[in-house]
Amino acid sequence: MAAGVSIDHVTFGYGATPVLDDVALEIAEGEFFAFLGPSGSGKTTLLRLIAGFGRPNKGRILIGGRDVTRLPPWERNLGMVFQSYALWPHMTVAKNVAFGLERRNVSRAERARRVEEALALVGLSNYAGRRPAQLSGGQQQRVALARTLVIEPEVLLLDEPLSNLDAKLRTDMRAEIRALQRKLKLTAIYVTHDQEEANAIADRLAVLEGGRIQQVGTPLALYDNPSNRFVATFLGTANLIEGEIGSDRSFKGADGFTLAGIDGDPGKACLSVRPQAIMLAAALSGADTTVTMREFLGGIVRYRVRAAGQDMTVDVPHRRGEPAFSVGAPVVMTVDPRQVAVLR
Amino acid sequence: MTIEAAAPLSFRQNLSARLGGTPAQIAALGLVAVFLVAFLIVPIIRVIFVAFTVQGGGFTLVNFQDFFATALLRESFWNSVFVASMAVVIASLIAVPLATILARYKFRGAALIHTLGIVPLVMPPFVGAVAMQLIYGRNGAINLLLNDWFGFRIPFMEGLNGVIFVEALHYFPFILLNLSASLANIDSAMEESAQNLGAHGFVLFSRIVFPLALPGYIAGAALVFVKVFDDLATPLLLNVNAMLAPQAYLKITSVGLSDPMGYVISVIMITCSVAAIWLSSLFLRGRDFSTLQRGGGSLSRRDLGPGARIAAIAFVLFVVLLALSPHIGIFLLSIATVWSYAVLPDGYTLAHYATVLNEAGPLIGNTVLYCGLAGLIDVVLGALVAYLVLRTKLPGRHLVEQAAMAAVAVPGLVIGIGLLRTYYDVHLPWSGESFATFWGMLVIAYAVRRLPYALIAAKAALHQLHISLEEAAETLGAGKFTTLQRIVVPLMAGGLFAGFMTSFATAAVELSATLLLVARSDDAPIAYGIYVYMQSAAGRGPGAALGVIAVVTVAVATFISYRFAERERSLKTREAMI
Repeated sequence: MAAGVSIDHVTFGYGATPVLDDVALEIAEGEFFAFLGPSGSGKTTLLRLIAGFGRPNKGRILIGGRDVTRLPPWERNLGMVFQSYALWPHMTVAKNVAFGLERRNVSRAERARRVEEALALVGLSNYAGRRPAQLSGGQQQRVALARTLVIEPEVLLLDEPLSNLDAKLRTDMRAEIRALQRKLKLTAIYVTHDQEEANAIADRLAVLEGGRIQQVGTPLALYDNPSNRFVATFLGTANLIEGEIGSDRSFKGADGFTLAGIDGDPGKACLSVRPQAIMLAAALSGADTTVTMREFLGGIVRYRVRAAGQDMTVDVPHRRGEPAFSVGAPVVMTVDPRQVAVLR
Repeated sequence: MTIEAAAPLSFRQNLSARLGGTPAQIAALGLVAVFLVAFLIVPIIRVIFVAFTVQGGGFTLVNFQDFFATALLRESFWNSVFVASMAVVIASLIAVPLATILARYKFRGAALIHTLGIVPLVMPPFVGAVAMQLIYGRNGAINLLLNDWFGFRIPFMEGLNGVIFVEALHYFPFILLNLSASLANIDSAMEESAQNLGAHGFVLFSRIVFPLALPGYIAGAALVFVKVFDDLATPLLLNVNAMLAPQAYLKITSVGLSDPMGYVISVIMITCSVAAIWLSSLFLRGRDFSTLQRGGGSLSRRDLGPGARIAAIAFVLFVVLLALSPHIGIFLLSIATVWSYAVLPDGYTLAHYATVLNEAGPLIGNTVLYCGLAGLIDVVLGALVAYLVLRTKLPGRHLVEQAAMAAVAVPGLVIGIGLLRTYYDVHLPWSGESFATFWGMLVIAYAVRRLPYALIAAKAALHQLHISLEEAAETLGAGKFTTLQRIVVPLMAGGLFAGFMTSFATAAVELSATLLLVARSDDAPIAYGIYVYMQSAAGRGPGAALGVIAVVTVAVATFISYRFAERERSLKTREAMI
C-alpha cells in the first residue's frame, strides 16, 4: 500500500551550520523520487530522517498524511535498502528476509510463502539456505531488496544502493529496481550522487546542495531549465556566461560576447549554454575565436574554444570520416537562442 | 491530504528524549553505575577516607607522617618502586630485542616463538616463584652447577633480586605484545623513505623505527610497572616482606581492619599506579603512530648475515628457555619425589597428583564457580557499557566507562581491603554472615578487577559491527531490545566469548584480593590452595601439581578464546573481501 511523503519545512543539524535547512518537499504516492547532490549535501540525512534515524530540530515529516516525526523507525513501516546492504551475517538469506515478517507476527506458513515469493521476485529462489557471505555483491543487493519488499512497505527508501556494484551490474540493477517499483506500485525515494543514475531512474528529482533544495522537477525539466548555476553545472556540463540582457532582448556578456533574441527579462543575467547546443564552423584566418583544446571522446569531439576572453566547451557529434578542427584553428560559434537557459 | 496533529509528549517520552535513550537504556546505565559505585568507587573512597581521618573522625595527615617516619615503611616504599622499575628494565632487556628480531628479520618459527613468548602470562608469578627458587636459588640447579664448575654463585633469587627476576620473566610478554603490535603497524614506506635519504642500520632503527614503535613500548612498560607494584603473592612467597603490598597485607591480617597503616599504604599504592598510567597516557596522547596505509605493507623482514643469524638464534633460544624455565621447574616439582640441593629431582612419582586430585575437587569447583560467575558478570556489564557508549548519547556514559576502566589502575589488594572495610558490617539476611567474607564477595572482587578486559573485548566486537545492520532491523519493525537480542548479541558472541575467557582465566590466578577475602578454606579457590600448599616444604609437590592443573586450565581457556577471536576475525575479513 503506497503512500505519499511530505516533508514540511524540516531543519536538522547540530551547532551553527544546519545539515538540512528548511527543506520542504511533496512526494506523490507511487512516485519514483530521487535525492541528488554531492557528498555533504544532506541527501542521505534527509532519507534517514524519513526512516526515523534522527529527529528534525524543526518541521514535520508525514507519510500518507500521518505525522511520523516522533515515531521510532520500527513503527514507521518503511523499507530501507542500505548502501552496505546490511545483511545479517549470522542469518541465512531466508531468515534475513523473514525477519520483518516475524516482527509483524505473520504466521509461520504465511511467512514461508511470502519469503519464497519475495525471493522469487528478485530471482533468488534457490538461495534461501545460503549465508550472505556466500553471495556475490549483486545477489546480496537483491536479498536486501527482497528483505524490504517482503514487508510491503508504504515507502521504499534506497540509500545509494548501487554504489558497491560494478558498472555493468549497476545499469542492470537500476532497470530491475525501476521495474519492481512499477510492478508493485511503490513509492520509492532514491539517494544518489550520480546524475546519470538519478536521470535514468527517477520520475522526479530534487537537487540538494548545502542542506538546501536547489530545484525539484523531472530530469528533463531540470536539465533544460536549471534554476541556478549549481543545478546547471551539476546536471551535465554547462557554459555559464555572466552579463546583462538589454531592453532589446539582446544579451551582452562582460567580455564582449553578444547574443540576440534572448527570452528573458532585462537586467543582470547568466546564460547557461549546453556544449552540444553550440555549432562550430570553420572561419577565415584572423578571427579571434580559436580552438584551444580538443578531446576525442568517441561519440563526440569536445573542444575548448576561446572567444572574446571567454572559454567555452563545445561538443560536436562525430560521424565516420569527418575531420575534426585542429588546435589553433579559427572557428565561428553559433547558438540558437532557444537553446539558452537564463539563470538569475 | 489530512494532517493529524502530533500528540503531546508524555513525561516518560520527554525524559527519554531529553536524555537521548530509551527507558531500558537509562535503566541499564543506572544498573552498571550502581554496581561500580557500590563495589569499586565506594570501597576506594572508604580506603582513602580512613587513611585521612583520625580514629573517630576528623581530617588528618598524621597517618602519612607515621608512614614516612617509620623506617620499615619508607624502605618498603623505595623497595616497591625499585622492584617495579627494575622489573620494567629487565623485562625490556628481554622483550625489546626479541620483538625487534621477530619483526625485522626473517626467522623460521617466528610464529612459534611469538606464542612461546606469551606462555609466561598463563602461570601466576607466585607459582613460578617456587620453581625458580629451585632452579636459580642459592642452592638451585644453576648455582649448584656454577659452584661445581667455577666455584661461585650468582644471587639471582636473593631478596629483591628474586622478586625482580620472577616478575620480569612473568610480565615481559606485555612489552613484547604491545611493541610487536606497534612494529607491525609501521608502514614500510616510513623506513624506505629514511633509507632513501641515507639512513641505515642503527641510525635507521633509533631515529625512525623505534620512535614510531615507542607508544607500544610505553603502554607495555606502564602495564608491567603497575602489575609488579600490585603483586602481593610473589614477595610473600619469596619471603620478602619489606615491600608495600606485603606490608599492607600484614597490617590488615595481623593488626586488624582498624589499623590505619594498611589504608595509608593502599592510598600510596593507588597513587603510584594511577601516576604510572597517567604518565604513560600523557606521553601517548596525540601519538597514535599507526602509519600503515591502505595497500601499504608492514616493515620488510630482511635476511641476517651468518654471524648475526647465529647470535640472534642463540638469543631467542636463551629467552625462550628462560621464559619456560618456571614452567619446566613447576612440572618437574610436581612429579618429583624429593628435589632439594640438587640439579634435578632425586626420583619421579605421580603421587602428588593423586594427593591433589583427592583434595583439589572443591578448590577447582570453587574456581570454576567464582571465575565463571565473575566472567559472566563482566561480559554482561562489558557488553552493556560498550553498547551504551557506542550506540547511545546518554549523558554520563563516558563517565561510567572510565569508572569501569579505572579498575586497571587499582591494585587488587586495595580493592580487597576496601571491600572488606565497606561490607564487613553488612550482614547477609539469610545466614547473618558478613557480606565481606561471603564467597560471593570474591566473585564481585574478580568481576570488578576483570571488567576492563571484558569491556575492551566487547567494545572491539561492537566496533566491527556496522550500525546499518541494526538500522535495517529497526526499519523492519524491531525495537531496540529485539535488535539487541536478535542482531547485536549474536554478532558480538565471538568477542564476548573471548572476553569471558580472558576474565575467567585471569581471575583464576588472581591472588591479591583472594588472600584478603577468603574466610574459610571451604570457600577457597585454586590460587589460594596453591599458595597454602607452597607455604610448607611438604606441600610443594602437591602445590606444584595443583599449579600444573591451573596452568593447563588457563592455557586451554586462553587458547580457546584466542582461536575463537581468530576465527571471528577471519570470518569478518572474508566477508569484507566479497
